[in-house]
Amino acid sequence: MPRKIKDAVAYMVIYLAAFYSVLLLAGIIVYVFAKGFPVFDLPFFTTVSSVVKGTVGIAGNILNTVYIVVLTLLAAVPAGVGAAVWLNEYATPGRGVRLIEFATETLAGIPSIVFGLFGMMFFGTTLGFGYSILTGSLTLSLMILPLITRNTQEALRAVPDSYRNGAIGMGAGKWHMIRTILLPSAMPGIVTGILLAVGRIVGESAALLFTAGSGYLLPEAGSGFVSKIMESGGTLTIQMYLSLARAEYDTAFGIAAVLLCIVLAFNLLIKILTRNKFFAG
Amino acid sequence: MNCIKIETTDLNLYYGNYHALKAVTMDIRADAVTALIGPSGCGKSTFLKTINRMNDLIQGVRITGRVCLDGEEIYAPGVDVTTLRRRVGMVFQQPNPFPMSIYDNIAYGPRVHGEKNKNRLDEIVERSLRRAAIWEETKDRLKKPAPGLSGGQQQRLCIARALAVEPEVLLLDEPTSALDPVSSLRIEELLLQLKKSYTIVIVTHNMQQAVRISDDTAFFLAGTVVEWGRTGQFFSRPRDRKTMDYIAGRYG
Repeated sequence: MPRKIKDAVAYMVIYLAAFYSVLLLAGIIVYVFAKGFPVFDLPFFTTVSSVVKGTVGIAGNILNTVYIVVLTLLAAVPAGVGAAVWLNEYATPGRGVRLIEFATETLAGIPSIVFGLFGMMFFGTTLGFGYSILTGSLTLSLMILPLITRNTQEALRAVPDSYRNGAIGMGAGKWHMIRTILLPSAMPGIVTGILLAVGRIVGESAALLFTAGSGYLLPEAGSGFVSKIMESGGTLTIQMYLSLARAEYDTAFGIAAVLLCIVLAFNLLIKILTRNKFFAG
Repeated sequence: MNCIKIETTDLNLYYGNYHALKAVTMDIRADAVTALIGPSGCGKSTFLKTINRMNDLIQGVRITGRVCLDGEEIYAPGVDVTTLRRRVGMVFQQPNPFPMSIYDNIAYGPRVHGEKNKNRLDEIVERSLRRAAIWEETKDRLKKPAPGLSGGQQQRLCIARALAVEPEVLLLDEPTSALDPVSSLRIEELLLQLKKSYTIVIVTHNMQQAVRISDDTAFFLAGTVVEWGRTGQFFSRPRDRKTMDYIAGRYG
């Protein structure tokens, strides 16, 4: 084969390979939205499914998702950021630190169903939280901890030492320096980690099925919003799984479209945050 | 005749097994500029950092001997490092404005030391920026991010930030080596102004700079002070052969 044609073929193949992921994404988005949008109407977002009332809705699942995201972050962010600050700023580099980093990395690679099993046995049975939003959130917080710790560590490493020296040289104490200089400088990286974690939480199914269960009802007004934490609650992803299992394909596609919107919005937010380095000189 | 501000006696510093400062004994006069010169790795920056205990941050550093500020031993137990660093400010080689506004950069030190009053902070910010000869350039953009300033402006901002806590001594570690010649000259003019009220110790690679701005000069070589004294005498009639070779450009 002449060299020119070889080059042209190679070019075509590489070109196609490069655009394969874009085509794939576009295809999925178009397909899901085409199937999902017809399901969208007001009751779909404001009611819960009920045979008696004849409604099909995901309001309860939307609320469950918000609960689980918020509770999981409340449990995981302070621990994850704290661990990263300790590892990067306080711990003496050595075997201990390497062991913890190795453990964190391994934790990130464990299949989520294993977290689900552990969460069900430990939080659900041993601690007695049962099938509840709390059990689900605590389980997920273990799962996303490595993500937050790693991203925070990366962000802290990127802060130049000259900031540390500058602040310490002014007489600032270490914690004061961390609070006023390091954490604000590392904030875009930390937030990126948190947003990635939110993506994991929203998309998770295996770890939640056996911990948070599949409740889909709205809480009673008033104290119901607090006691809901101890009740079973399925996220959008769980509800989608159940809808598929019951062959309710319209609902499933509706939820899929909602999930895609959420994921796209978060990815966009991450892009904006990581690009907009306001302070970088 | 200025009195002695800082006095080191038989100062030794080790990074692990490496003997970085060897029996350094010298005086630094108040309200004067002392220049520390010498080839790279001779210990002049290390010596500078011992004066406000920035070496405390480095693992495995061991210090023997005495460093006295106004006759008080700064490595004595019970010395408050925060107070010491308020009295002895530091400016680094690379301008290092914090990623915050010009105003917050200057107010950082006073806030560290407990100043919360808005009016007083305003006063401190203006006074510090004026002293560092950068007020006119920054007064309309105090709320803008400091990293947006030019390199020379950033370095004067860092000097202003160090002045904001009313230090007595200002340590500068090659403050102009990252700057263009015009910005460097502005810093030099500024230091000549500041020496009226502050004790200034500057590490420099540039011997002309030492001649231009310093009253005293000390020559470091391989961790020892070979010679120190009045700048005029130091450069015109060096006592030590090694000093003569160094200022003649024969090595370093």
